[in-house]
Formats: sequence, structure tokens, C-alpha cells
Amino acid sequence: MTATLPATETPAILGPAWDADAPAPDGYVKFVIDGQDVVAPKGEMVIRTCERMGIEITRFCDHPLLEPIAACRQCLVEMEMGGRMMPKPQPACAVAVADGLVVHTQRTSAVAARAQWANVEFILTNHPLDCPMCDKGGECPLQNQDLAHGPGESRFKEAKRTFVKPIAISTEILLDRDRCILCYRCTRFSEEIAGDPFIDMLGRGVRQQVGTGPEVPFQSYFSGNTIQICPVGALTSTAYRFRSRAFDLKSAPTICELCSAGCELRTDHRSGKILRRYAGENGDVNEEWNCDKGRFAFRYVTGDDRLRTPLVRGTDGSLAPASWTDAMTAAAAGLARAKAAGGVGVLAGGRLTVTDAYAYGKFARVALGTNDVDFRARAHSAEELDFLARRVVGVSPKTGGVTYRGLEAAKHVLLVALEPEEECPIVFLRLRKAARRHGTQITAVAPYASYGLHKMGGVLIPAAPGAENAAVAALAGADDPAGLRTDGAVILVGERAAEVPGLLTAVGELADATGARLAWVPRRAGERGALDAGATPTLLPGGRAVTDAAARAQVENAWGTAIPETPGRDTAGILAAAAAGELGGLLIGGVELDDLPDPAAARRAVENAGFVVSLELRRSEVTDLADVVFPVAAAPEKAGAYLDWEGRVRPFNTALKWAGGLDDGRVLDTLGVEMDVDLYTQTPKSATEDLARLGAYEIPRTRTASYPPTTATPAAADGALTLASWRLLLDGSRAEDGEPHLAGTRRPESVRLSPATAERLGLADGTLVTLTGTAGSVTLPLVVTDMVDGVVWAPGRVAGTSLAAQTGARAGDGVTVAAAPPDAVAAVDPDVVASEAEGRLGSLVTGMGGSK
Amino acid sequence: MSILDPLKGFGVTFGTMFRGVVTEDYPVNPAPVAPRYRMRHRLNRHPDGLEKCIGCELCAWACPADAIYVEGGNNTPDARYSPGERYAKDYQINYLRCIGCGMCVEACPTRSLTMINEYELADDDRQRLIYTKEQLLSPLLPGMEQPPHPPRLGTEKDYYVKGPELLKEYNDARRAAGDKIPQPPPLPPLGVATGQSADRVLRSTSRGEDAS
Repeated sequence: MTATLPATETPAILGPAWDADAPAPDGYVKFVIDGQDVVAPKGEMVIRTCERMGIEITRFCDHPLLEPIAACRQCLVEMEMGGRMMPKPQPACAVAVADGLVVHTQRTSAVAARAQWANVEFILTNHPLDCPMCDKGGECPLQNQDLAHGPGESRFKEAKRTFVKPIAISTEILLDRDRCILCYRCTRFSEEIAGDPFIDMLGRGVRQQVGTGPEVPFQSYFSGNTIQICPVGALTSTAYRFRSRAFDLKSAPTICELCSAGCELRTDHRSGKILRRYAGENGDVNEEWNCDKGRFAFRYVTGDDRLRTPLVRGTDGSLAPASWTDAMTAAAAGLARAKAAGGVGVLAGGRLTVTDAYAYGKFARVALGTNDVDFRARAHSAEELDFLARRVVGVSPKTGGVTYRGLEAAKHVLLVALEPEEECPIVFLRLRKAARRHGTQITAVAPYASYGLHKMGGVLIPAAPGAENAAVAALAGADDPAGLRTDGAVILVGERAAEVPGLLTAVGELADATGARLAWVPRRAGERGALDAGATPTLLPGGRAVTDAAARAQVENAWGTAIPETPGRDTAGILAAAAAGELGGLLIGGVELDDLPDPAAARRAVENAGFVVSLELRRSEVTDLADVVFPVAAAPEKAGAYLDWEGRVRPFNTALKWAGGLDDGRVLDTLGVEMDVDLYTQTPKSATEDLARLGAYEIPRTRTASYPPTTATPAAADGALTLASWRLLLDGSRAEDGEPHLAGTRRPESVRLSPATAERLGLADGTLVTLTGTAGSVTLPLVVTDMVDGVVWAPGRVAGTSLAAQTGARAGDGVTVAAAPPDAVAAVDPDVVASEAEGRLGSLVTGMGGSK
Repeated sequence: MSILDPLKGFGVTFGTMFRGVVTEDYPVNPAPVAPRYRMRHRLNRHPDGLEKCIGCELCAWACPADAIYVEGGNNTPDARYSPGERYAKDYQINYLRCIGCGMCVEACPTRSLTMINEYELADDDRQRLIYTKEQLLSPLLPGMEQPPHPPRLGTEKDYYVKGPELLKEYNDARRAAGDKIPQPPPLPPLGVATGQSADRVLRSTSRGEDAS
């Protein structure tokens, strides 16, 4: 009898064409499990083959995405090779399939069954029976397997080994060592997947335990995954500790709203509150992992500062709660006046679902009669819009765009203006996997080799801010230093490329010259969706250019309205026009003024705008300045879809069904009705249908750039250094509010200088230095780093506030760095400096950490 | 129908006047219930006043009527409510749902949740029939101290292994030191619903009513 195997795994051998007596095809081996002939790909572990055949073998240490280790000894099966029985049962998770192998699982072998049964009892010799208070109780593999396969009662009457518990290995992760069954899943994850090998096994024998080094904290952006894969309750999170039991929770599959990675999540909630989020499983996107931000930053949804009712500014000048009807009337009247008084600009924000972004774009055109709509609440440029319109919009895995799997398969990947670990962590995990498993060569154009680049074993092409253009152009040479002419090579360019004039053009030309595939990786979850949904000044939905008469007519027909044929203003243009009084009003989605390139100017613009309508989750600077504020639903409270950086549609349903919030699309639809236009965006479904009514459209990829490429000049005038800067993953952004334990795992903030620059300025490593821009300064510890001379790096937010807001300096600007004045030194907690010096990541880098 | 039939009817009424009373004089003189009758829940305490409940929610899990709501909390050195790491931050039983099956008591791993023979669980307000942790907790007996407080009876393990012996040692030590340890008052005989049990007093006072 021959087992048939699922098509996904072994397509080559499926179907009746495969003859049981024929030898296995190339790359496959033929062997026997429980009397059945099986064919499996070479190198596969026996436990995987059994899994595919539907034979359940108990296991603790085995994990499909981690390398085999055979530490727990739970998956013992009997094996025969060449007609001879192996003397002892063998671990199915660590023996690769081979021709002529005969496997007897617990279904056919009493020895294997007895071995597995006894091993549960053995594992439980030291495992405490505190299941009633353990966070894993109720969803614990050990508990389940003991119930299903274990003896039920232990013969060991001796005292169990105990440790002091719990120990906090970071502010977010707690370790109960006596519950640990030494399966090595957490340590293997840290080393193989995240590359942060800060926890390891210490000691031997009965005293063996997981631990951290005395000076090295467990600092990783991916630490939460160790909780999820721990097969017992040894690793738990401070945030979820004792808050609930598994059986209380209602689970909903959701998509992470915190970056453009598009991770599948499982949101667990109880009584209308999210209690935890786990990584969901999606082999095409996040595999089974996610980052700590996505896992732990959800308290903002139930924060005290959530807006619950509309607010209207009264005659006394203060915002007061109002009914939806009154607020709609006030907003519609104000917007109509503003439209007559010069027009209304729409800032949609980068965190919208596709349908919500579509509503903003359509509202601007239909209700406000303008193309002044932009989703980009960050550094941006006209050149970027050209780049996006030509190379990014409409691209998806279906149209042959770059995918996660494509990254894994690529031989060479070039990163430009992108620090994946900080800006799109799942891209980082996939790149590290590619580098580790498949030897993908990763090259980054950046001012210094970041910790993340070290962990990917990447190569740095040093470039000061503004000089990236030349560095990128040089890669197009025939000697092909970044390997971009090889098959499947990929260029990933980050949203920060818009900060450097000409860089996106140079990247596009590099892709054209080398034939490498190109993908744009923004930070925020809604940016790709907003681009494709037409919340931009130059593009209508589906990549239709405003200036293209035929494309515009298609949209005009569907919407039943005339659309201005000239491109609108971008974010900077809208804000400048509002500040100058050219615009009569603003409609602002989820935009933090501090995120904008010039926060002070943005503040002036919103203050000067005649009439401001804000759609927001929580009280913010914008809502404080707005005339009408509408509360909108947070991502877990609404349905919709994001487009991740690949362009893949990531649809999700409402997780918190009774929260009762209205999404942006619904609010704008109702506001449209109040202004006598119909948007048809009441629900994501109707908005999707409305979008589909636009019909098919072939995006022309030959659009010529309307933006003249320029070459930037670094701004290093006498004594000034060029500022390089990007946002860290955890930097006190508003999404992280209400989660102090997560805040404790932030990387220390520091300023980086090259040894030569530090010496020139007379600054020593580890001392406090002050970085001064045109508007102010920040004081941070200095980390001397091997980097480009004449450049200073600082994080995009310092102490929870944007660097641009504090210093007035943006990446590429000239700043000065000097030793901190004594009063600034006194103001900084000495412990911060000490921990900074100890926890400095640069010195701990172990490169590929045991790669094979 | 005979002309005498109405008289027959009156005869029944008249005859009944000389028979014993079958109704009960509730609530003036409530009849004793069976000694082992159990209805109302109680969350017990360790002898020093720490709560036995660890907030594990097994009672809520076992409950076939979904009448119990528990939320766990983390004991800290500054605020300890129970031995060990975990305690019940919130504990509610909804007596509109409770069917008195006792599965919760069976599930309790610390013998915290038991039932007492009070049965007066009727009210004219639904909200009041959701009993909170304060109402369910056993009253502080003499020698007990209102949590949060540090464990007085040795280590965490000692609580579960030899509570009564430790209490005796603890009280002996206090006596030796000159403390006056009041003796608990004799409990009312089982099976008599006095309407004045400690729970009832606690319950009424916690609602801001007079304890009558």
C-alpha cells in the first residue's frame, strides 16, 4: 500500500502516475512508516513525514522553523535500517529520512509507545504542578500531552528541584526556571531566527537552566516569540501575567496595524479588552513570528485618552462633546465655507486601511473638488510620487512583485535607505533567514553597519546622508559589486529615500540597468494601501494618473463628478498653503504633527487653517487645534484590509465586535451625505465594491519622471556634521502608550560618531554629548561607531519626542555636536549612561551567531 | 348535585382548623435546613487572614452555568493578598445564574471556595445578586489580619502543608510575647439559618444597609 502525500509538500510524486514499485524520483527517498511505503524529500526529518501522513508524534523541542536538536526525547520511535533494528528508540525529530529506513511509531511499536509514555513522566519529575496559577495552564503542550499520553500519576515522590521565581530576563519577559523542560526552543529561536543570542543554557545536569549573562540583558525586538513557542509556562510576559486564562479568551485572526510587514496576528480578548496578541501563522508573510511591538503594543486601543464622542468647537472657543448629528452639520457647513474660501486640503495619514484611504481620496475629489490629498505624514518629495506612480503602485505578488518568499530565494539583496530591523522587522527576519539558510548576500547603503546588518552578515557600502545617490549609481557598474545582475536579485528601498533628492531616481535607474527587482518598503501599515487607493495628489485609485484624461474619465464616470485635471498639492504643499491662508480649511486623518518633516511649520499651518476637521482615535495636537473632531474606530474595532509592502492584500475582520466605533470610511460617507454627495463607503464591503466599479486599468510603467533628478550636496559646512537619522522600532511612539514593560525593552538611545570625528571633536566614547540643530538640542550618550566620517547618527525620536521637533534638524541637515554642558549632564540619570555603556549593542555583535 | 354539597365543602374547611399547620413561618421563624445543605459560596482565608484564593479561575472553568467571573492579579512584596504569586483581583458570582451544583467547589485546588448553608439568595434587584469578592470572602475571625500583609505563617509551602499547626505556633508565640489572643466565638449550630450569620451581616453592611 502506498501513502499519498499532500500536494503542497511533494508535488513531484503525486497522483496515480506514481508507481509504488518504482524507485523514488530524484531528490526523494522511499522508506516505510508503520508498514506504509512513503516517499519524502531528502533531508526531511521523520517527524515531518509522519505529520504529513497524519501520524501524531508527541514532541516538545521540535519546531518546524527551528533546527532539530532532540533535546526533549519525547518523539522516540523505533527504527530499522538495513534489516537491523536500532538498539534504542530514536528521536523522530532529528533523524533524516533515508532509503530503506523502516520506522515503527507508537502506533505499531510497544517499545516506542512505552518510551514516549515514560518520557512524559520523566519530564514531570521536576516540573512543578502549579498549573492552576501558571499562565500556560489550559493551553500547555505539556499539560495536554500528559493528559493524552502520560501516565497521569508520577512515581517520583522526592522533592522537586526549585529555583527562585520568576526572574525578569527583561522588563517584558519573565522566566520561571523550575517550569522549564530544557527544550532549547527559546535559545534556538534567539540564535537562529532573531540573532540575539542573549539567553542560553547555563549549568549542567539537574541544575541546568536557561539564563542570561550577568551583564547582558535579553534585549531583542523579537523576544515575545519565545513566550509563544515555549511548550510550558517557563517564559511568560509581564503584560499578560495572571490577567486571564486561556479558556476566557476569545480569539480573532487580525492583521498587525503597526507596520507595513502585514503580519498575521491572533488577537485574544476578554470582556471587550485585548489581553494579548500572538503571531498568527502565514508562511507567505510572517511565518510564525512577529515583533514585540506588534505583540505588546495594543493598550492604546483601550487607553483613557480615546475619543468616544464627536467634539465641536463652540462659540466660546473650546471643544465640547456634541452629538454625531450636530457635529456632522457643523463639519459639513464649515467644510463648505472653507471650500468656497480657497479649498480644503486633506491629510489622510499613513495608518489607514485600503477602503478608508479610498474614502479620503474620494471625499477630496467628490465632496471638496480638489486633488489636494496626501497620505504621507513624513519626509516626502515630488520625486517620490513619480517613483511610486511609475514603479510601485499596483504591484503585488499577483503581478510578479517582490515577495517575502522572493527575498528568501534571492541571491543578492540591496538595502537602500532602509534599516529593516527597525523599520520592517519581519523583512529583517526573512532576510536573516535567507542569509543564514541560503547564503543570500545582503548589501546595505547606509552611514554605518547597524546591528541588524551584522546579524544578517551583510556588507556595508558606506554613504553619508545625501551621498547615497553616488553610492547607488556606482553599483550599476559592470563589475556588479552588489550582485544585482544575478537572477532574482532584489533592491529594497525604504521610505527614507525621499529625504535625499535624486535617490529614488538613482535607485530606479539602478534597477533598470541591472535588471534587479525593486520593492518599496514604507514603515506604516497604511501607506501602500493609500497609494493604491488614490489618496495622493497625482494618482486616482488603481494608479490612474490625474493628468491622464482617459484614466480620469474612467473615474469621473464611475463617481459621477468632475475631477480637477491638475495634480494637487502634496503634504508639504497643503501645509504651506494652509499656513499662507491660501486654503480655507483642512481635513486631517490620523496624523501626528511631530511625524511631519517640519513639526513647527505644520503646527503653524493647522493653527492658521480657517476650519479644521479631524478624524482621530485619541486626543492629539491636531484634535486640540481642530474645529470638529470625529472619533474613529481603532484597527481591532473595525474590518478592512491593509496592503503590506509587497502589495499583498491583508484583509481582517473586526476583533472587538462590541466596541461600536465607526471607521473613517463610514464617517466620511456620512459627512459626504451631509454635503450632498454619495461616497458609497459606508462599510469596507461597499467601498470595495465601489472601487471595483472603476473597472480594469492597465498602469503604464513607462511614465517619464516629471521630476528633474538632482544631485544632493552634503551640508557639512565648517564644523557642522551631517545628520543621519531613522526611527527605532520602539521609540515611545503613541502606539506604545500604556505598556511600560515594552518600553523597558527599548534600545538605549545614543548618538553615533566615527572614531576620527569623535577624536576631532574631542569626545570620548560613553560620555554625554549634545547635538544641536537650528531649533534646539538633545543630550545623549555617545557611542563611537565604525562609520562614515563627518556624519552624526541620532534616533528619529529622543525621549519620546521627535528629533526634528526638538532640534529642528532633519536627516541630511547640518548639526553640531559638542560635549554636554554640566547642567545637561546633571539632568541625565547616571544609570542611563551606565546601562547605555553596558548594553551597547555594537560591541556584542556576534555576526551570524553559529550559522551553518 | 345535592343540596348538602356546599355544607360538605364547609365541613372540609372546618375540619382543617383542628389539624396541624403545614406552612412555615418564614421569614419570622425560618426552619432549620439539613445540616449538610450547601448553597451560598464563601472564599476562605488562611489562619492569618491571607486569602486562600489564588485567582486560578478553575471554578469559573468548571461552572456549567458560567456564573463565576475571576480576574487574577500579581502579588507583590508590597501588596500580598494570598500566599504565592497570584491572587484574585476580582471575584464575582452571579447568583442569577448559579445552579448550586458545587462543581466549582470540587474544582478549587486550594480549598478556598466552599459553600455554606445559607440559602437566602433572593432579591428584587439583579445587580445586587452579583456577589463581589468582598461579599464572598469569609469574615475576619479573631487572629486574622486584613490583607494585604506579608505572610505570617512561614513560607509559601508551609501554608499548604501545615496551616493549623503553624497557626497554633504563631498564636503561642504571640501569647508568650504577652499579646492577648481573643478566642473565636462559638459558631451557631449547623443547620440553623439564623438570618444573622456573619456573612449576612457582612453582606448587608457592604450594601450600606442596616445589619438587621
